[in-house]
Amino acid sequence: MKKKLLCLALACFCAASALAAEKIKVGFITTLSGPGGVLGVAIRDGFNLALEHTGGKLGGLPAEVIIEDDQQKPDVAKQLADKLVKRDKVDFGTGIVFQNLLQAAQSSFLGAETFYVSPNTGPSDLAGANCNPYFFAVSWVSDSYSEASGKNMQDKGYKNVFVIAPNYPGGKDVVNGFKRYYKGAYAGEVYTKLGQLDYAVEISQIRAAKADAVFFFLPGGMGVNFLKQWHQAGMGVPLFGTGWSFDQDTLAAVGEPTLGALNAAHWNLDLDNAANKKFVADFEKKYGRLPNEYASQGYDAAMLIDAAVRDVKGKVEDKAALRRALEAANFKSTRGAFRFNKNHFPVQNYYLRQVVKDDKGRFVNKTVATIFTDHPDAYVAACKM
Amino acid sequence: MSWPLFAEQCLNGLQFGLMLFLLAAGLTLIFGIMDLINLAHGSLYMLGAYLVASLAQATGSFALGLALGVAATAAIGMALEIAVLRGLYRRDHLSQVLATFALIMIANETTRALWGVQPLVLNVPAALSGSVQLFAGIRYPAFRLLIIAVGLAVALALYFLVARTRLGMLVRAGASNREMAMVMGTDIRWLFTAVFGVGAGLCALAGAMLGPLLAVQVGMGENILILAFVTVVIGGIGSIRGAFVGALLIGIVDTFGRAFIPTGLRALLSPAVADVAGPSLASISIYLLMVGVLFWKPQGLFPARG
Amino acid sequence: MNHLRRHGWLLATLAVALSLPQLAALCGQDFYVSFASRLLIWALLASSLNLLVGMGGMVSLGHAAYFGAGAYVVGILSVEAPGWSSALLVWPLAVALSALLAVVIGAVCLRTRGVYFIMITLAFAQMLFYIFTSLTPYGGDDGLSLAKRLTLPGLAMAGDATFYYVVLAIFAACLTALGRLQASRFGRVLAGIKDNEERMESLGYATFRFKLVAYIIAGALAGLAGALMANQNAFVSPNMMSWNESGIALVMVILGGLGSLWGGLAGAAAFLVLEEVLTGFTTHWQIVLGLILLAVVFFAPRGIAGLFAKQP
Repeated sequence: MKKKLLCLALACFCAASALAAEKIKVGFITTLSGPGGVLGVAIRDGFNLALEHTGGKLGGLPAEVIIEDDQQKPDVAKQLADKLVKRDKVDFGTGIVFQNLLQAAQSSFLGAETFYVSPNTGPSDLAGANCNPYFFAVSWVSDSYSEASGKNMQDKGYKNVFVIAPNYPGGKDVVNGFKRYYKGAYAGEVYTKLGQLDYAVEISQIRAAKADAVFFFLPGGMGVNFLKQWHQAGMGVPLFGTGWSFDQDTLAAVGEPTLGALNAAHWNLDLDNAANKKFVADFEKKYGRLPNEYASQGYDAAMLIDAAVRDVKGKVEDKAALRRALEAANFKSTRGAFRFNKNHFPVQNYYLRQVVKDDKGRFVNKTVATIFTDHPDAYVAACKM
Repeated sequence: MSWPLFAEQCLNGLQFGLMLFLLAAGLTLIFGIMDLINLAHGSLYMLGAYLVASLAQATGSFALGLALGVAATAAIGMALEIAVLRGLYRRDHLSQVLATFALIMIANETTRALWGVQPLVLNVPAALSGSVQLFAGIRYPAFRLLIIAVGLAVALALYFLVARTRLGMLVRAGASNREMAMVMGTDIRWLFTAVFGVGAGLCALAGAMLGPLLAVQVGMGENILILAFVTVVIGGIGSIRGAFVGALLIGIVDTFGRAFIPTGLRALLSPAVADVAGPSLASISIYLLMVGVLFWKPQGLFPARG
Repeated sequence: MNHLRRHGWLLATLAVALSLPQLAALCGQDFYVSFASRLLIWALLASSLNLLVGMGGMVSLGHAAYFGAGAYVVGILSVEAPGWSSALLVWPLAVALSALLAVVIGAVCLRTRGVYFIMITLAFAQMLFYIFTSLTPYGGDDGLSLAKRLTLPGLAMAGDATFYYVVLAIFAACLTALGRLQASRFGRVLAGIKDNEERMESLGYATFRFKLVAYIIAGALAGLAGALMANQNAFVSPNMMSWNESGIALVMVILGGLGSLWGGLAGAAAFLVLEEVLTGFTTHWQIVLGLILLAVVFFAPRGIAGLFAKQP
């Protein structure tokens, strides 16, 4: 066994010694297998499309992207991060989908002073007290979508809302974000088992509670289950959710039951800017499906790195200069205008979207209103950076 | 709590239990008769759901997709039995665990390679998509009523099959004493293949019935597999009656746990403690049930073997 | 001659294990030192499970519960008692608490046998998994990051090579102890129970007590592995208790060789190295790994250790 390991190590050594040419190395850890794989594939596809647009280069230098599958397991993500930092000596890390995986892997990147650009998860501690000079999130803070949902429901004048989320800290964080802006009463607040299959019990409770609206946060397969079952229960209550439950892949998979649902997100297919139009059109051409927000975040992550490397003229060893370049975010984002706050999280708009059928009969989100304009997150004050 | 809500929650419990029974029935048959721990049972369920979804889309008819999907899954199940699982019957449980664990990996990745990572669309046929007024104050989704009906029908059919037919007699003989059945000169091999085909067909039926309620995606099998195993073990391995009672028990305990424990605790404890303890207790209620049952009856409720 | 061959293998393995950090440094592949630590920790977990499954015939699908429990002792203490930074204090505590957990769970589980035992151990592990997932003060599903590794007097534990040697020493000590245990009267009685429990009972052995002791030792060692893994990753999460991790530990045991002293190490090494190599080739690596595992079941029923053992 040890011999095998030795051979492996030697083989890798030979491969590694071939380096020397000037290039930008990106370590891309994401979830490609298991049920979470849908999200990882979307982010990867978005990232790869950006590289195609830049001609396979980052900031004018040839790009080498090492893509690894974390299997949605924290210890695997941690090990991969170690490998990318220690063995491959990457210039940037990116790709991780899930918060618990980022929490496991972040110290490997940040401890080694390697820049990490998060294309998805944005833990609130990294936006606040634990903000880090080497961490950038091109996405959002984990409770931003629910803040926007809460604001929207407060503005619409709902008085008695039923809230449902999974029973884990991420679920409670999201509900807390919602509570920050929605000030009315609660018809009920239910936390369900992570990975729960059947929501009949909760739907019966919602019906009995006579709520005037429902806000739900159930990521991944849980949200798909809930939406299908909600639809069949024939409820008349308006349903609000976060954009994560209504991304394009979910809409395509669930179909009819999503029609009319309202949700909040920072990006949409129909946002009217040149970068987004090009992104949406080329994504559909390349992959044969419409992109979702995860793909747009992957695209933006690559474009951010591209812009920063160009701004420092390829001198990525000068970390202070590279940080300033990343902070400047000198690229055209698919979401339109945005800037980084001092905690390296975006200040951006959040939109209200509604699921409609487009002229080709596909289920898509239509932007109906802007909920927040240039909205910072709630944690930036705690960041001493 | 009002009476209509209570009645509705009872119905939910019954429905969830029958949902599990659809999967557990096939599992306990295979478990009891062939003495095979088939972790890949969940993969057959996934495969069934994928096939039904694809075929329903291709033919434009849910019923046609269901029929073809069940037949195709049964055929695949039998092929799998002949090619791989047959070699495992005489092996210990551990080899079976390793081999069927390997089958899960292969099935998941193959499905991903063939169908892609995006979940599949499988929606309720239009005729069943609404809800039905049952009695005063209770509307119930029509499709969930169908699940209840199908679950009961499968239970009856299996009961009839096992108790009244020659196949059933062989199955019972095989389950209670395999050597005896072999001595009796029955060709155990075709019997096993047939039983496995029935089990796989039931998986596909479960996939078709649950697909419109649950996400049809890679990995959907593992999530429900554990619940199906819990059902089988509570009921007693190899016992259809046990699986039926076990499934209903789990359905009721899980439903009532979720519906009443969090609110109940809030009445007893301080809100802060209750909000943490309630949902956690509700999530583990079925495991507590299983530990309790096995503590008093280490062979499950209806042990099939002496 | 055979004796010599066996010692030859042992010495060669030991030599490679001892010089691994230097070899890795020579190649500029420091990463593989921490890979090796991870491998040894998994090997310890698999070896502890092998005591249960291979020697005692108790197939547990919930062994990861102790792996996670040991890790959480380290994690929770780092929050509640940050001053307790010595591994000499915390690791034994992790072992003791895991053993205590095993006493309680084992006393219930061991009333059952066979498949029922598999499922009841799984049930307990699932319960712990859901409880820790929702345990907000300690990170819940997000897990818990540790500020740094625990300390040992005179050693710089932050260094990967130092930590590797610590893990190697612990693993070697545990394996030696397991070897002694296997050869002892206790081990022989356990093997007898595995073969035929009724016979051992009628010979007057209190089989329940023997099984419980084996279960507790296995739980304690798994807890130690968990404590080491917490230090290796500087991170603890409920995922360590998931049924998937229990399943992988079981796969490692069967792959390596049931009841063989070296089975745990062989299985862990084979599984992790295969995973490491295969992921580099294709995203559909799980198909290949699955096929390899199937081949092992049919063509090498006694696992990797069986390939090396003298043919009977």
